Amino acid sequence: MKRVFINAERCTGCKSCEIACAVQHSKSKNLFTAIFEDPPPQKRTYVEQVINLSYPSRCMHCIDAPCIKACPRSAMGWDKELERVTVNKDRCIGCFMCAMVCPFGAISIRRPQGTALKCDLCGSRLREGMIPACVEACPTKALVFGEIEELSKTKRIGMAEIIAYSKKDLIEGTTPLELLKRLGGR
Amino acid sequence: MMEKNLDRATQSLIERAKAGRIEVSIDRLQRQSPQCGFGQLGTCCRICYMGPCRIDPFGEGATQGVCGAGADTIVTRNLLREAVGGAASHVGHARHVILTLKKALEGKAPYKITDKDKLMEVASGLGIKTDGRPEKDILNEILDKALEDITRQDGSSMNWLRFRAPRKEYEQWERLGLLVSNAHNEIEEAMHRTSMGNDADPVNLLLATLRIGITDGYAGLHMATDLHDIMFGTPQVRAIEANMGVLDKDSVNIAMHGHNPVLSEKILEWAGRLTKDAQGAGARGINVVGVCCTGNELTMRHNVPMAAHNLQAELLIHTGAVDAMVVDMQCIWPSIAKVAECYGTKVVTTESFVKIPGATHIQFEPETADEEAKRIVGLAIEAFKNRRGKEVFIPSEKSKAFVGFSVEAILSVLKKLNPSDPLKPVIDNIVNGNIYGAAGFAGCPNPKIRDTFMTEKMMKTLLKNNVLIVTTGCTAHIAAQAGLMTPEATERYAGDGLKAVLKVLGDAAGLGAPLPPVWHMGSCVDNSRIANLLRALAEKLNVRISQLPVAGSAPELITEKAVAIGSWLLSLGLLVHIAPPPRVLGSPVATKVLTEDLEGITGGKAFVESDPEKAALGIIAHIEKKRKALGI
Repeated sequence: MKRVFINAERCTGCKSCEIACAVQHSKSKNLFTAIFEDPPPQKRTYVEQVINLSYPSRCMHCIDAPCIKACPRSAMGWDKELERVTVNKDRCIGCFMCAMVCPFGAISIRRPQGTALKCDLCGSRLREGMIPACVEACPTKALVFGEIEELSKTKRIGMAEIIAYSKKDLIEGTTPLELLKRLGGR
Repeated sequence: MMEKNLDRATQSLIERAKAGRIEVSIDRLQRQSPQCGFGQLGTCCRICYMGPCRIDPFGEGATQGVCGAGADTIVTRNLLREAVGGAASHVGHARHVILTLKKALEGKAPYKITDKDKLMEVASGLGIKTDGRPEKDILNEILDKALEDITRQDGSSMNWLRFRAPRKEYEQWERLGLLVSNAHNEIEEAMHRTSMGNDADPVNLLLATLRIGITDGYAGLHMATDLHDIMFGTPQVRAIEANMGVLDKDSVNIAMHGHNPVLSEKILEWAGRLTKDAQGAGARGINVVGVCCTGNELTMRHNVPMAAHNLQAELLIHTGAVDAMVVDMQCIWPSIAKVAECYGTKVVTTESFVKIPGATHIQFEPETADEEAKRIVGLAIEAFKNRRGKEVFIPSEKSKAFVGFSVEAILSVLKKLNPSDPLKPVIDNIVNGNIYGAAGFAGCPNPKIRDTFMTEKMMKTLLKNNVLIVTTGCTAHIAAQAGLMTPEATERYAGDGLKAVLKVLGDAAGLGAPLPPVWHMGSCVDNSRIANLLRALAEKLNVRISQLPVAGSAPELITEKAVAIGSWLLSLGLLVHIAPPPRVLGSPVATKVLTEDLEGITGGKAFVESDPEKAALGIIAHIEKKRKALGI
């Protein structure tokens, strides 16, 4: 099952993912014309900042999704083909029970309709063999896309390397972003 | 690596680099893509430490920077700074030339007056008395007038502005408060007003951008061209070869890259003097080739082959046949030093403010120009010795091209048709539609666009519609490489009306064949030549520049210099086509002013279009509109 993995320590808070998401969900799919569309296209991913962390938060496409359970109209559903949670725009009554139960705060409001809006894992891109727009736009690989097993394997190998080289200070981190945080630069 | 396909010669070297696992510009572009949307819209502000700030173009996030600046302020501030970067480059170039000539007059630098007619023309244009005066005195006064344009504090308008600006436009600029007095003050004030907490009025900032354009046009471009012509001669039409196939594996190949002929002319001179040394090292001779603008300067005056434009500069080194790439200022990508490490190519920097890690620095000063030029050529010969017998990969592509279309050269051909009124044949043919209009192509070879062959496609569509094309800079390289500067191109691409005119002109020039349909008018500072031509036409017809059936295009622009020149053309009242989109679309005010309102102020209009057909048709529609308004 393919998922967007978030490496929060790499997020610089640049919000390129937000722009790319909005452009992807515009009519023209081109930045220079999307900005003139009415209604303006909306992002479905949100870069939140707390203390010294930037976090690009969005729908996690849970397999046992609370939003699906909570939806009184079965508008929230599981798309077997692309293994994602989708909102059926026509069934949604805009009650936002989904927003209330979502632990990640992934639901926002589609304007002007007023129904639920959330990440759709860029279904149209996935069908063409492309990766989600936010992942493509991320300049630091804070967002990566792939099979869960592969993404976890990559993480395991990374950790194993750290342990193997017994470089404890690597775990503390000496990336420029970490240094900036340590110096209170956020 | 990116799947872009460029022209064959370029592509063959990209493949070669790929085989050597070396990244080139399009790979680096791929890594950078997609690029920051805030940057592209112009709504990223890095001016102060309360930021960096960005404006959400979709209105959900921040709509103001921390200081309260909105998108309009941020975008127009950024645009002005871009134009400043360009103006500073050209004005700096002109200043270097002024100081070189000053030293030459003191007998301290080995340069001389080559074109006495140009000297007199410039002197009289500046109001300098010439009767019975020695040339050196006249030149000295010209240089003093040039220096006034970067020093005066009395607020009176620049000498070069009064000299070279078209009359009606000068008067309009006076009314609009756009007369520039001191180029350096202008640049200083532009940097000042865009610093945090200064100018926040987007229209005020846009007007300042027009002023910087005017600064660039007169204290940069016109001044440099005029002084170059006096020092090195005014270009005349000549036949040359273009594209990377001009390298010769059996010769010492020296590629001149950058902008200032003060350097490249000296290298050419010493390449001539040291031919025997090269032959002693086993070479056939010394083959000086040109890259970018300094390549244009050398080709226009000395038939030096046009080897490569900006995007191809690093690829040229991948041939393995470049013994030295000698550079001065502007448009020199740091990548060339890294690529050179893979071959025996010596990258030589010559300006104290343009250094590249990995390059060899030989400071080039006017006083010791001969010594340094000799040393640099010697370095190239040494590099050749090490290269001899090694495999090289020189693409076979080579195009013939006719270049050297200075205004003087054009007029000398026209005078053969009508000695007393040389512009009459041009105007007659504009009126009868044989020359439907004209388009000036300037600018750079942007890797984002190069694979669309935007320049070539636009030119061909325009030619088919009898629009004459003049070009400078790297677009001139592109056109030359595409074979568009030949009589054959006229036969193949020009509409019947234009073809007929070019045939007559070609016969008058004694070519025995039509003139090419695309006229190479020089380096980027030689956009001033295009301006002189427009001025001559406009003043003859007693119309404004904005009334002429012409347009400008920078179809693949890269540099801040292009932004500055574009601003100048907008202040002159021209339609300026640009691709890729300028970084103004994040500001509704800037977008509206540049694409709509400005037309009612100076006549200028920005036309953003990334599709070559649509761009060409847009230019043709504009020309049609102008023709109708003129009643032709």
